[in-house]
Amino acid sequence: MTIQLTHFSAAFVFALFASIVFGITHRDTTREMVRYGLYCFAMFLGGILVAGWAMWLVRR
Amino acid sequence: MANQTTAKSKGADSVQPASAMSVIAPALGWLIPGAGHIIQKRWIRGALLFISVATLFVLGLMMQGHIYKANGGDILDILGFIGDLGAGGMYIVTLAMNGGQGAIAFAIADYGTKFMIVAGLLNFIAVADAYHIAIGKKQ
Repeated sequence: MTIQLTHFSAAFVFALFASIVFGITHRDTTREMVRYGLYCFAMFLGGILVAGWAMWLVRR
Repeated sequence: MANQTTAKSKGADSVQPASAMSVIAPALGWLIPGAGHIIQKRWIRGALLFISVATLFVLGLMMQGHIYKANGGDILDILGFIGDLGAGGMYIVTLAMNGGQGAIAFAIADYGTKFMIVAGLLNFIAVADAYHIAIGKKQ
């Protein structure tokens, strides 16, 4: 069984699960874990979007 | 100076001496992602770690990612092997079933290869976290 993800959906899945692990392992309380996980997720996705637009500008 | 010494000794008191759990939890956590937390009654954390690491690894396989072996030779292959090895039991089962033989001929397969390496590396972090919980450094 194979699966075909687009570049963005692959990056989204990666960001989601990496953020969950970072949140759990890098903070002590549940509240801090959730906040740090959300922060990491936002940074991952934000970085992807910024990098994508930067490459679009370079290509023009 | 005396205050610094007192503060250091207080910090050291919070860390428990090495116990059987400080060996079992990381070992089990490496073999089955999240199990190091579950054995210490951190049910939700353990379940979330298992779902995260297992999903990344399985998705990597389904994207026809490549599994690195110990006798890669090339330095990048060795680094890939170290990353893959972190997935523990899933890596062993995949090798036993002769899976992960993709040739990385297209972009999605390359993403899949990286998914599996990152799943292993994330599991290494989870193993360290299980150890910190076992020695009382983290709740």
